[in-house]
Amino acid sequence: MYEFNYHRPTSLDEARKILGDNDEAKLLAGGMTLLPTMKMRLASPSDLVDLSNIEGLADISDSGDAIEIGAMVCHAEVAASDVVRAAIPALSDLADSIGDAQVRNRGTIGGSVANSDPAADYPAAVLGLNAVVKTDRREISADDYFKALFETALEPGEIVISVRFAKPERAAYSKFPNPASRYAVVGVMVAETAEGIRVAVTGAAACAYRVTAMEDALSKDFSAGALEGIAVDAADLLSDLHASAEYRAHLVGVMARRAVRQLIA
Amino acid sequence: MSINVSFTLNGEAVSAHVASRTLLVEMIRERFGRTGTHVGCDTSQCGACVIHVDGRSVKSCTMLAAQADGTEIVTIEGVAKNGQLHPMQEAFREHHGLQCGFCTPGMIMSALDLVKQNPDPSEKEIREWLEGNLCRCTGYHNIVRAIKAGADSMRVG
Repeated sequence: MYEFNYHRPTSLDEARKILGDNDEAKLLAGGMTLLPTMKMRLASPSDLVDLSNIEGLADISDSGDAIEIGAMVCHAEVAASDVVRAAIPALSDLADSIGDAQVRNRGTIGGSVANSDPAADYPAAVLGLNAVVKTDRREISADDYFKALFETALEPGEIVISVRFAKPERAAYSKFPNPASRYAVVGVMVAETAEGIRVAVTGAAACAYRVTAMEDALSKDFSAGALEGIAVDAADLLSDLHASAEYRAHLVGVMARRAVRQLIA
Repeated sequence: MSINVSFTLNGEAVSAHVASRTLLVEMIRERFGRTGTHVGCDTSQCGACVIHVDGRSVKSCTMLAAQADGTEIVTIEGVAKNGQLHPMQEAFREHHGLQCGFCTPGMIMSALDLVKQNPDPSEKEIREWLEGNLCRCTGYHNIVRAIKAGADSMRVG
């Protein structure tokens, strides 16, 4: 790891000032991706701005029709939260399936969403549940948020404050984990929300995306059978040593049907 | 850039002046000589470096020393009390929950976090919890037995 300047601001204003003064500064949340990346020298920020001492970023609240999870809430806290479990059990289960216990004790929802790893779990929840990413300057709807590989709508220096999830009628997440890392080879969130059925996929493509053909089919007939025969195009999907694009395309269908079966059972 | 870090290490208030890029595990081993915390993979996969920070198990190879400022840290050296092995350590000895022993400190620190949350874990729950702890001797059967027995004796107190 190359040397850097370490900062631990106590306010968002202070964090913004450090970011503004240093082009090559990066925000540090749980560090579960950033620190290994720096150790491999794939990233070498001039400054790290540790968000852990800023008040108000680590709360979970329920406003009646939605829950809001602070950016610095770790996966283990989401998984153990009674508020989350009561409102969106699929989100609790998703958080509990990330990495291993020690990663869940450090990794945060804000870090995951800001990083937008193609194989991360949270992007499927954010997009599938039609969540809103709240930053220090605006609110970004899930459909506008995920852009490309490790690329989101966040602007340089923009800080994720929380993620707000409207409570769905029902939702389920089904994941085919890489057996070593527990990253999603493919993960699918199926949700019945106030705006209709949503089917969001992570792990398969450069970033999380929705499968509208499946959403339309499930809107007419909410059954695993309704998804039979819906072809998933492998053309834009990822291919690596863990799974070919064709296999990932196949898994999107399998995971979507499993999620639907969970909801019907 | 170098920084001052102050924290509690196994009940003792300590501080150190370290380079900002110093990893927590490096500081614990090299500055404080607590070498029971091991570095296996150095890529947050193997769990040989698991310690407790503010009561939660974490991989100390993937945390900066700087992030430990103001925290309470417990390493494997802080588990035994008054010269008596902790019941979990005793269970690892009794059930031969180790072969070469390299992964053992991390296994025990991880197990203690599990038992704190789930005082009576099933074999399946123990195995799932150990996702982040690798034993290259592949001695998992006895490790799982040891954790089950350790949890039992901790409940009895």
